[in-house]
Amino acid sequence: MNRSLRPLLATVVIFLIAYAAAVFQFPGLLSTRVLGNFLTDNAFLGIAAVGMTFVIISGGIDLSVGAVIGFTGVLVAVLITWLGWHPLAAFAAAFVVAAAFGAAMGLVIHYLEVPPFIVTLAGMFLARGGASVITQDSVPIDHPFYSAISSLYWRLPGGGRLSFVGLLMVAVFVVGAIVAHRTKFGSYVYALGGNATSASLMGVPVARTTVQIYTLSSVLACLAGIVFSLYTSAGYPLAAVGVELDAIGAVVIGGTLLTGGYGFVFGTFVGVMLLGLVQTYIIFDGTLSSWWTKIVIGFLLFLFIVLQRLVFAASARGDRVAEKA
Amino acid sequence: MQDTVNREQDAADRATGYRMEARQVSKIFGTHKALDGVDFGLLPGEVHALLGENGAGKSTLIKILTGAYQPDGGAIFVDGEEVHLTSPLQAQTYGIGTVYQEVNLLPNRSVAENLFLGHQPTRFGLVDRRRMDREARVLLKRYGLDIDPSSELGAHSVAVQQIVAIARAVQLSGKVLILDEPTASLDRDEVQRLFEVIASLKRDGLAIVFITHFLDQVFALADRVTILRNGRLVDTRRLTELSRTDLVRKMLGKDIAFSGSTSLEAERPPTELLLDFKGYGRKRSVRPFSLAIHKGEVIGVAGLLGSGRTEMARMMFGIDPADEGSVTLSGKPITVKSATEAIGHGFGFCPEDRKADGILGDLSVRENIVIALQGKLGWFRALNRDEQLDLAGQFGEAMDIRAASLDMPVKLLSGGNQQKVILARWLATDPAFLILDEPTRGIDVGAHAEIVRTINRLRDDGMALVVISSEIDEVVAYSSRVVVMRDREMVAELKGEDINPAVIVQAIATHGENSEFEAEVTA
Amino acid sequence: MMRIPLARLVNTQTIALVGVLLLNWILFPGFFKIEWQDGRLFGSLIDVLNRGAPVAILAIGMTAVIATKGVDLSVGAVMAMAGAVAATLVVGGYPGWVAVAGALTVGLLCGLWNGALVALLDIQPIIATLVLMVAGRGIAQLITEGSIVTFSDPTLVFIGTGSFLGLPMPVVIALALMILVTLAVRKTAIGLFIEAVGVNRSAATLAGIRSRLLLIAVYAVSGLCAAIAGIIVAGDIRGADANNAGLWLELDAILAAVIGGTSLLGGRFSIVMSVVGALIIQAMNTGILVSGYPPEFNLVVKAGMITLILMIQSPFAGRLLTWFGRNRRKGA
Repeated sequence: MNRSLRPLLATVVIFLIAYAAAVFQFPGLLSTRVLGNFLTDNAFLGIAAVGMTFVIISGGIDLSVGAVIGFTGVLVAVLITWLGWHPLAAFAAAFVVAAAFGAAMGLVIHYLEVPPFIVTLAGMFLARGGASVITQDSVPIDHPFYSAISSLYWRLPGGGRLSFVGLLMVAVFVVGAIVAHRTKFGSYVYALGGNATSASLMGVPVARTTVQIYTLSSVLACLAGIVFSLYTSAGYPLAAVGVELDAIGAVVIGGTLLTGGYGFVFGTFVGVMLLGLVQTYIIFDGTLSSWWTKIVIGFLLFLFIVLQRLVFAASARGDRVAEKA
Repeated sequence: MQDTVNREQDAADRATGYRMEARQVSKIFGTHKALDGVDFGLLPGEVHALLGENGAGKSTLIKILTGAYQPDGGAIFVDGEEVHLTSPLQAQTYGIGTVYQEVNLLPNRSVAENLFLGHQPTRFGLVDRRRMDREARVLLKRYGLDIDPSSELGAHSVAVQQIVAIARAVQLSGKVLILDEPTASLDRDEVQRLFEVIASLKRDGLAIVFITHFLDQVFALADRVTILRNGRLVDTRRLTELSRTDLVRKMLGKDIAFSGSTSLEAERPPTELLLDFKGYGRKRSVRPFSLAIHKGEVIGVAGLLGSGRTEMARMMFGIDPADEGSVTLSGKPITVKSATEAIGHGFGFCPEDRKADGILGDLSVRENIVIALQGKLGWFRALNRDEQLDLAGQFGEAMDIRAASLDMPVKLLSGGNQQKVILARWLATDPAFLILDEPTRGIDVGAHAEIVRTINRLRDDGMALVVISSEIDEVVAYSSRVVVMRDREMVAELKGEDINPAVIVQAIATHGENSEFEAEVTA
Repeated sequence: MMRIPLARLVNTQTIALVGVLLLNWILFPGFFKIEWQDGRLFGSLIDVLNRGAPVAILAIGMTAVIATKGVDLSVGAVMAMAGAVAATLVVGGYPGWVAVAGALTVGLLCGLWNGALVALLDIQPIIATLVLMVAGRGIAQLITEGSIVTFSDPTLVFIGTGSFLGLPMPVVIALALMILVTLAVRKTAIGLFIEAVGVNRSAATLAGIRSRLLLIAVYAVSGLCAAIAGIIVAGDIRGADANNAGLWLELDAILAAVIGGTSLLGGRFSIVMSVVGALIIQAMNTGILVSGYPPEFNLVVKAGMITLILMIQSPFAGRLLTWFGRNRRKGA
């Protein structure tokens, strides 16, 4: 029906073909164990990518995501291990800090009319630097609550484990999809990405929405940071370097237009799974090395950017013809 | 003083019947009076056309009526109450809705969402899409549209998008509907469809302001017309009291000048042929035309906005290259497929939109003057600073550019001086053929006179020029021949005695023979 | 050869550089001490120049790109690729100059690729160059097969650590490149065309400038600069580290250009001032190191700097200034 569905469809088809091919080569890939690990291993990336999806649909970009993940890990670790806070209190503190951080970036982007990439770049420096100022080293987290959550899982038929963090990511995707497609806020996000001038003429509260979008992205990055610290049981200032690029990759591969206005939260899920599949395949293969992940992501990114360019340029040309005819 | 009081009293009396009224509104940009004490009254249940060439002040008036601009003088009334409109959004709460030429909706979202964005029906805090689509379908039916409300707006034709925009505006405001050139990009059937919608809204008692530059549409649809020129009110009339020719006259200029002064240039003997366009045209843009241009000749191009005059200029200069026909330069066949190629042939082009296509705002006057010559010389044969200063000084002086320094950013100059800079830019390349698109629009009187003098001087020096202008007097004054554009087609080529305002106006105003509406274009 | 009036050298950027250097001197009194040893200069100041050279070289290309209203996010990854190619070639037995030529070719190709995406496919620069930013490092690792390829080829080592006329080679190369590119843009019409395209691409094209060709050329130069920086960094550590070579340096290069007064919205640019910007960044790095702060503290300072510059450059600040100006005039 919609042209915006075409890239998403392409992603799903590519994922299914790739998965089928991978399974054909390594039948072991088709098991709930692998699928469970898929979710667990990519949980933090997936959660961050949901926030990135909103940012990109609105026509922006958030380069601070990886740094916020690292900062959150350090903050939480320091609060728990050094200051003896309960993890839940530490989480709450981290969310407040991240929300303020994202809101500040949104305010600067809207009121100073600065390109988001440079504002969030400053945000990335700030968060990464801030984390390093707190500590240079990895701070271990050893708290019963932590080990309880990180070992929490549901056994799936076939021996797979659906971990708490994996489930959390799925929940974030579901809620994210509902917010994007079923709330006024969601429609404002798409409106901003479609045409900011039209949006403001149609009554979209542009300033408020922009601030909310970047706040959401930072809060989700913070949640991703918490998940990452659950995964590693530590906080490290240089954790998750470059995750923003993986997140952008997942979002674009998932069919979201990098220039904004079109996209699906579900698409991002497929994008994350596709990236996860590439990694898992490389591990299964054993002879391929990890750098192939980056090359494949880069190639897919290129493929989708050009695909989108063609799909949208073609229909844009169609529109122009219609205008002149 | 007494006079003002009387006028205000007058206005107050008239106001009783007006749904919306602007009294003595003025708007000043810098030193330029974009709108100067204009009265405008809108009755319920009427379609009121607002006419005027670019720079006449109609878009400023519209922006004041929709709250996008605040007037520097005068007042706005809705149903007799004075209102202060601060934004289009706030104007909506007074019942004033606007539909723009470029559809200001979201092509990336569904039709239903475009209708209801910000006011979507919700259920348990979530948008109730089913209900939204259902309500959208009902609403669209009223406008004669049977389309899937969940489909993407961008997938529909511009006409459908316009109707959706109207539906949204009426839905949210409901008293006054302002249509700003809604038909500019529609074909005949689509215009017809839009007109049916407008007519039915009129019957419902809506007050409608309609802006267009297609006269046939004005006569087909409007009850009354208000004509603006140079920021002033020319007239408000019932259309039944006005002939087409009268209307064009009022739009284009001072009536006295139309006594029939003939061009002095018309008697010149033809000189050497420079350019010969044969069957030159571009699909969906300009119908093929033939035109021979001699050295020392000014071809004036007359025609209303949207008549294809700018498209013709852009095609001649290779920006939107021709796809049929041929052209020879001094007898040799040439192609003009890009601006660079055109400049290589010795062409120059001053575009209509100075800001978007003309000046390099942050660069200096000097650089703006030398840029085209430098472009012609290429990357490596650079003019050094002294040469640049010489050239800029020489051509700046020839054009009488008033700049504090040749090194100041050109964006700080007045519009008239910017236009002179662009002319100087092309003169520096020593062109054989110069195309000027509205060279005197929106500039002060002094600069205006200077540019007209320059056109005369260049013609006398043997240059060939094509000058597009809405100023008929001006066209008459300097043209050796005048071609008239209408419907994106060259409809007349006037010579000798025929170069006088009356004949030109007649040619512009003549009803298209085979088209019901002027929007009709070759498919 | 070049007439640069002294007055033109006194501006915000040079004052800032002098300020940062003085601050270093206060923190570390021996900062300005320069010694002559083994036929070359040594000292903290020389160190700042030497360490700052790669970013300065990146900034030279980046400045031209930003002046056209673009940005090149791929330079860090291109550095890694160029270093990997050079290292792999010398390890494979090729002479040093072949390695250098190979690395430069890779840089040029990357630049042409970016330029083609931007100029021919009309993809936004930030998006177009993101592709190589992501994939480039992977390709570099592919070339080095994931390990740090070490070498001892005299040519490459000389480029990274040698000296010429007492100055470290990276400094010499950066200086030469700065002069060369400045001459290339200012003694030809290219500089004017770059600014014209950055200010108003449509008007520039109508004035007869071949803007597509120009854009491709500018990205190609940026790719070349990145390759040169990549060779230097590899020569310096006598090895190609695909993971870390040039990591995040694209951001430093953008920052250097912005500090140097080039607006992200395109237009006016100065190669020399961008190099000064790169030196300011490096002087701050050094200052933070000598004063005993963790090097990552740098990031916080950089963030503060970006924010400050953004505030000054933003249209909002411009409006605020005119507003204040108007009010003052009214008051007077």
